[in-house]
Amino acid sequence: MARPKRLVRTHTFDDWMSAGGAVVGSLCFTLVVFEHLLDGSGTLGFLVSWFAAFLLLYAGLVALNNPRPIVTERLVSATLWTAAGVVVFALGSTIVYTFAKGWNAYSHLGFFIHSMAGIAPTAPLSQGGISHAIIGSVIEVGIAVIIAVPFGIGTAVYMSEVGGRFARPVRTVVEAMTALPEILAGLFVYVVLIVDVGLPKSGLAASIAMAVTMVPIIARAAEVALRVVPAGLREASLALGAAQWRTVWKVVLPSARAGLATATILGVARGVGETAVVLITSGASTFVEVNPTKNPMNSLPLFIYTSYATHEPTAITRAFGAASVLLTLVLVLFVATRLLSRDRKAR
Amino acid sequence: MTTALPAPPASPGSGALTASGKQPRQLDPGHERSDRYFFAGARAIGLSVLVVTGAIAVFLGYQGIPTLHHYGLHFLTTTQWDPEIDKIGIAAVLVGTIEVALVAMAVAFPLAVMFALFITDYAPRRLKSWLISAIDLMAAVPSIIYGLWGFFLLQPHAINLSRWLSQHFGWFPLFHVDTDPNAAVWQQSRYTSSAFIAGLAVSMMAIPLACAVIRAVFDQAPAGEREAAMALGATRWGVARKVVLPFGKGGIIGGSMLALGRALGETAAVLIIISPAYEIKPRILEAGTQTTSALIAGNFGSATKAQLTALLAAGFVLFLMTLAVNTVAATIIARSRSGAGTDI
Amino acid sequence: MTLTADAPVAPPTVPAPRSAGALSPSRLDAVEVSAWFGDNLVLEDVSLSMPAATVTALIGPSGCGKSTFLRILNRMHEAIPGAALAGEVHLDGADIYAPGRRVTDTRKRIGMVFQKPNPFPAMSIADNVLAGLSLTGRKVGRDERAELIETSLVRAGLWAEVKDRLDDPGGALSGGQQQRLCIARALAVRPAVLLMDEPCSALDPTSTRRIEETIEELRRDVTIVIVTHNMHQAARVSQQAAFFLAEQGTPGGIVEAGPTARLFGDPVDPRTADYVNGRFG
Repeated sequence: MARPKRLVRTHTFDDWMSAGGAVVGSLCFTLVVFEHLLDGSGTLGFLVSWFAAFLLLYAGLVALNNPRPIVTERLVSATLWTAAGVVVFALGSTIVYTFAKGWNAYSHLGFFIHSMAGIAPTAPLSQGGISHAIIGSVIEVGIAVIIAVPFGIGTAVYMSEVGGRFARPVRTVVEAMTALPEILAGLFVYVVLIVDVGLPKSGLAASIAMAVTMVPIIARAAEVALRVVPAGLREASLALGAAQWRTVWKVVLPSARAGLATATILGVARGVGETAVVLITSGASTFVEVNPTKNPMNSLPLFIYTSYATHEPTAITRAFGAASVLLTLVLVLFVATRLLSRDRKAR
Repeated sequence: MTTALPAPPASPGSGALTASGKQPRQLDPGHERSDRYFFAGARAIGLSVLVVTGAIAVFLGYQGIPTLHHYGLHFLTTTQWDPEIDKIGIAAVLVGTIEVALVAMAVAFPLAVMFALFITDYAPRRLKSWLISAIDLMAAVPSIIYGLWGFFLLQPHAINLSRWLSQHFGWFPLFHVDTDPNAAVWQQSRYTSSAFIAGLAVSMMAIPLACAVIRAVFDQAPAGEREAAMALGATRWGVARKVVLPFGKGGIIGGSMLALGRALGETAAVLIIISPAYEIKPRILEAGTQTTSALIAGNFGSATKAQLTALLAAGFVLFLMTLAVNTVAATIIARSRSGAGTDI
Repeated sequence: MTLTADAPVAPPTVPAPRSAGALSPSRLDAVEVSAWFGDNLVLEDVSLSMPAATVTALIGPSGCGKSTFLRILNRMHEAIPGAALAGEVHLDGADIYAPGRRVTDTRKRIGMVFQKPNPFPAMSIADNVLAGLSLTGRKVGRDERAELIETSLVRAGLWAEVKDRLDDPGGALSGGQQQRLCIARALAVRPAVLLMDEPCSALDPTSTRRIEETIEELRRDVTIVIVTHNMHQAARVSQQAAFFLAEQGTPGGIVEAGPTARLFGDPVDPRTADYVNGRFG
């Protein structure tokens, strides 16, 4: 009794052939012509020429059978697909290239266990490692999180649940602060705490500067998470006779759990990758340092930069190795936010 | 709804009275004592954000005063940065900052708009969430990694493009490079470490920021208008042209300006790619430039007290620039038809 | 519009059995209540007596202030920014708006069930029932806890359906079950009065009937004031009713109030007659 579902295709056979034919034809054409006309502009130039030839050929093929609006539509579609491809390729090439160039460094297990204490940047890759940078990053970000999360979520609670005369200015300032260049936060901490007050360059100084940049990001994402909590829940809690702080603590915050966790992770992802901040405030050391208050402390971005700056090939490979570790960390955090938001939607 | 503090009731004389002449009661809000602490505490945290921001702004600005005293207005017009002979100015640095940011936006703007339109209207349904994830991931990658990518992977290819541009369009000051592009063995080093290449790397950070805002805005284009256009027989591009793009104007401009603000302040990628050069020049393809953030990052360690205040003054100028750009961006987004409900 | 109810229905003579979680219903009197939203006067001089252990229905077309009036009865009205009120509300003779009275105390004695069921999704069914206690900082012993959960869910007519899955999340129930959970939650704090703001309007007919049965069973233990759009429901569950109306451009108020049977069968005011006969609204 039930009929089968109908297939509603948007592209005809002719469409596919036109597109495919244009791709192949333009490729051949470009291969032949390129060497004579546009040589010297390298791979990039080749790709651009191929794309131009493709558009022309495709437009011609489509115009054979279709009216003008369709031709425009096809050209736009091809351009958009290419643009998307370019962006995705750029991202993909960044990730793949980083892991590939770092392979020689992190393929040694010692890379994660040893630090660079007593080892020259030019030493072979089987020696030394980035344990000091990893530990430093963990400690610095950890302290920054301890400072930034209460302030960030607290500010979000203020904006969303308490409100009042200052809520609008605070929100405006939080928005503006998310855009503060990290170098200025670092510079501020450097001049005030390190130069004027005389604290040493240390992990703690870096953590403070990091927290300054993390708080607005956490606050903004957390406020969004709180705003999404249905008003009915707050009303139900108030109607039971709960004080407002209990309503926030026992009803609003738990309901926004996933969003708040995402906000924190976003802040952490930002903090762990900041180079300018650690460059200015923490000083680079070569050995493992666990006390954040006294001595310079290395971290992943800082290690990457200082290794790169030596311009020595082995140091650069180590830099890529550290970059691979940093990238893995960011990927893990990123996947965590995705899982959290999927959980939330499923509920 | 917020669990907001109850507003003070209408004072006598304002608002309509009842037929029997009654006025609203002044209510004792009757908060528990614990709630009073809660409100005070939350307010304190919120205000602390204001205080810290104010402190940064005031501090940076305040430090600029000795600099202006010392160097005078020449600070803004001098191009050199020679601490040895005490001749420093940020003219070249500001120009370089803007050049790098503009290159980044020239690349990022079209790509961001196209990618956003692709995601909302052209991509197959199953791909949509993956593409959104790709954009978010792109935003999460630390800038130093883009710096490495730009220097080691992109630069060797991009300098071919630079050379081609200077070969054929070198008559235009923007694309001119002080070397012979037609020589059989051309000088690669004249094309590396340029504002152009730095701009390309910075665009990797600008694209996801702009695209996230623009995509969110395109997604909110009213479905009713979309359907009306489709029912009239419009192609996808027709719908985009007539409904989505006009609706998203505010978001496009606002998102781009946010990305511009980011590009102005970018440090790590720029540090890695450029080689510092202090002159005002439109020749973005040529090696050598300097941006404010790279200036600060590169010189803070070796600066004397006076030069440190100069760096702070430069930082203050950067602060004002990014603040202005971002405030304008936020206003445009909030005011536009598309932006009212966007959470950027 | 200053109308008080006609002779209120006498409370039942059979006393409620004293047991754990015993409820003792209270009398509620509104005296010349007016309400503003900003400068907008939405209710004018409403007076109504709601006797203990009775169900009072507030009926009338949308937008004439019934829900606003209800919210004034448990001091939820003032939680809205810009809202103001005048007049008094007496719970067993004492004005709940008197200076020095805690808002939270009032709400503990006068509970509310909302139009859209709102169980706390982050809590289990059992925790939802006890939420009123944990949110107000009251501790319950372990044995008392289980008994309170069972009693409240039985009173709300939900025990049989959820007794085996008390640890499931509160949001995992159907709409009607969620609303009964909200009723159980409100009952667990042993209120003297229970306010219900169109509790069945978002539910299907079967759930609606179940909740109406619950209201009838609860009446002796809790005074109930229910806002409803559904006249037939009002006729079914209430002993007395008040008809609210806001004519074009004027603030809302009570046109007529009295025993339900009389209001529906032999109304005094022609507007009431029009409404209960379906000629508008």
